[in-house]
Amino acid sequence: MRSRRRPTGPARVVFAAVVAWLALLLVVPLGALALSVAGSFSAVVAALTSAEALHAIGLSVGVAAVCIVANGIFGVAGALVLVRQRFAGRRLLDALVELPLALSPVMTGLAFLLVFGRNGLLHPALDAVGLQVAFAWPAVLLATLFVTLPFTLREVALVLEELGDSEEQAAATLGATGWQTFWRVTLPNLRSGLVIGTTLTSARALGEFGAVLVVGGGIANRTQTATTFIHSAIEERQEPAAYGMALLLASVAVALLFVLQRDRE
Amino acid sequence: MNHGPPGRLGTLALRGGVTAWVTALVAVPVLVLAWRGIAEGPAAFWAAISDPAAVDALWLSGWTAAVAAVLNAIAGTALAWVLVRWDVPGRRAIGALVDLPLAIPTLVAGVLIIALFGPQTPIGHWLVGIGFPVAFAKPGIFLALLFVTLPFGVRAVEPVLEELDPAEEEASYTLGATPFYTLTRVLLPPLFPAIAAGAVQTFARSVAEFGSLAAVSGNIPHRTLVAPVYVLGEVEAGNPAGAAAVSLVLLAIALTLQPLGAALARRAGARRA
Repeated sequence: MRSRRRPTGPARVVFAAVVAWLALLLVVPLGALALSVAGSFSAVVAALTSAEALHAIGLSVGVAAVCIVANGIFGVAGALVLVRQRFAGRRLLDALVELPLALSPVMTGLAFLLVFGRNGLLHPALDAVGLQVAFAWPAVLLATLFVTLPFTLREVALVLEELGDSEEQAAATLGATGWQTFWRVTLPNLRSGLVIGTTLTSARALGEFGAVLVVGGGIANRTQTATTFIHSAIEERQEPAAYGMALLLASVAVALLFVLQRDRE
Repeated sequence: MNHGPPGRLGTLALRGGVTAWVTALVAVPVLVLAWRGIAEGPAAFWAAISDPAAVDALWLSGWTAAVAAVLNAIAGTALAWVLVRWDVPGRRAIGALVDLPLAIPTLVAGVLIIALFGPQTPIGHWLVGIGFPVAFAKPGIFLALLFVTLPFGVRAVEPVLEELDPAEEEASYTLGATPFYTLTRVLLPPLFPAIAAGAVQTFARSVAEFGSLAAVSGNIPHRTLVAPVYVLGEVEAGNPAGAAAVSLVLLAIALTLQPLGAALARRAGARRA
């Protein structure tokens, strides 16, 4: 790494401005949230241990766990297809994988509502078999799967591109079957991409709000997640509940960030 | 070349499985959304997007996103320059802080701003008193947008700046150029595609931003109601067709900006943008 000098002259001014900017945007608001939670600590504890809050946390964690596993499998499979295979429609598939990053979460929720909701495309069929998706947990899961789709795949694809296929060729030359090569050579090499992708997936899954609000409805004890819990607490002017859950999610985010920083190095 | 597990059949099965998953999870819902936006004919579509509240919401989203993109381009370039060029105290902490908005849920970003500037806080109370409310007003919208897009400006510029030789800046300086001349003639020109890529990404994210704005903007029609929150309002008011029509406008913006941002990032030579 190139050696860096201590800032001099105009660099000092820029440094001071940059620090002030980060303080205003990030540090001071986080401090204000922490202070206000500390100021009403017993009310916060009571709010976060209520049945509603525990159900919301449970649903968020459960949905995030399913997303991590599903995206782990899909991420490796999708990266193998997009990086290693050449076929008509590959660019379209690539663009579709990136699409969830470009959509507003509300649009994602609305899209699923138009498929599964009342008057939705699949509603008659689902109704006939007695399955409710919209405003039930499957909708929360589907919306979260949609918004987390690109993360693991992108990180695994980056690793796969750098890796090349010489190790796999060597394994094949030495007589390994396709599966043996995959389990013993390819997959272990993808570990770092999987860890970073899983971290990003967890952060996004736990933090998703707009999509799960629209298609899940944020119904207490049913489809309410940690974020929609905050939303309804704000609307009901229950600050300890809103601030407490927000600080909990922010703390998880900081912890995930540590994992991310460690693995990027 | 076939490397997928095992053999030709495996390759096809893997491709088929991945395509089916992406089609079911992404392509079908988005196509249904697009269809519902135009299904009732061009007149209904036009009526939905020319509703005064919709026009105001789209306009507000557009111009606040443009201002955020410019501000974030300046802040991001300054941050990247400090992080890459100088040995400043707390460099690693600053680097971690820059990534924080990637991990913090967007709704929580909104709550953070309310916790500091909300009318119930001393600062918020004082700001309302002097006629400059931040929460539930436009300054809150900017703070939220700049919070959630902070990493984009920095991370777009950083890798390109790493590749630039600081000797050029120093030479310009040693030869007697002013800091302003060095900045505008030596430092910025090669960084321009990267800065533009970050700005496009910031704009795209800002137009789509929902969670933080739903919390801080106050959602007053014609004044602080942004397009994504307007879409939510139409859904809740039982007008999914109108919501889908405005969503189509946002989708068109997103689909225009994505290739533009990607092309700029390629020109900048940044590996991750």
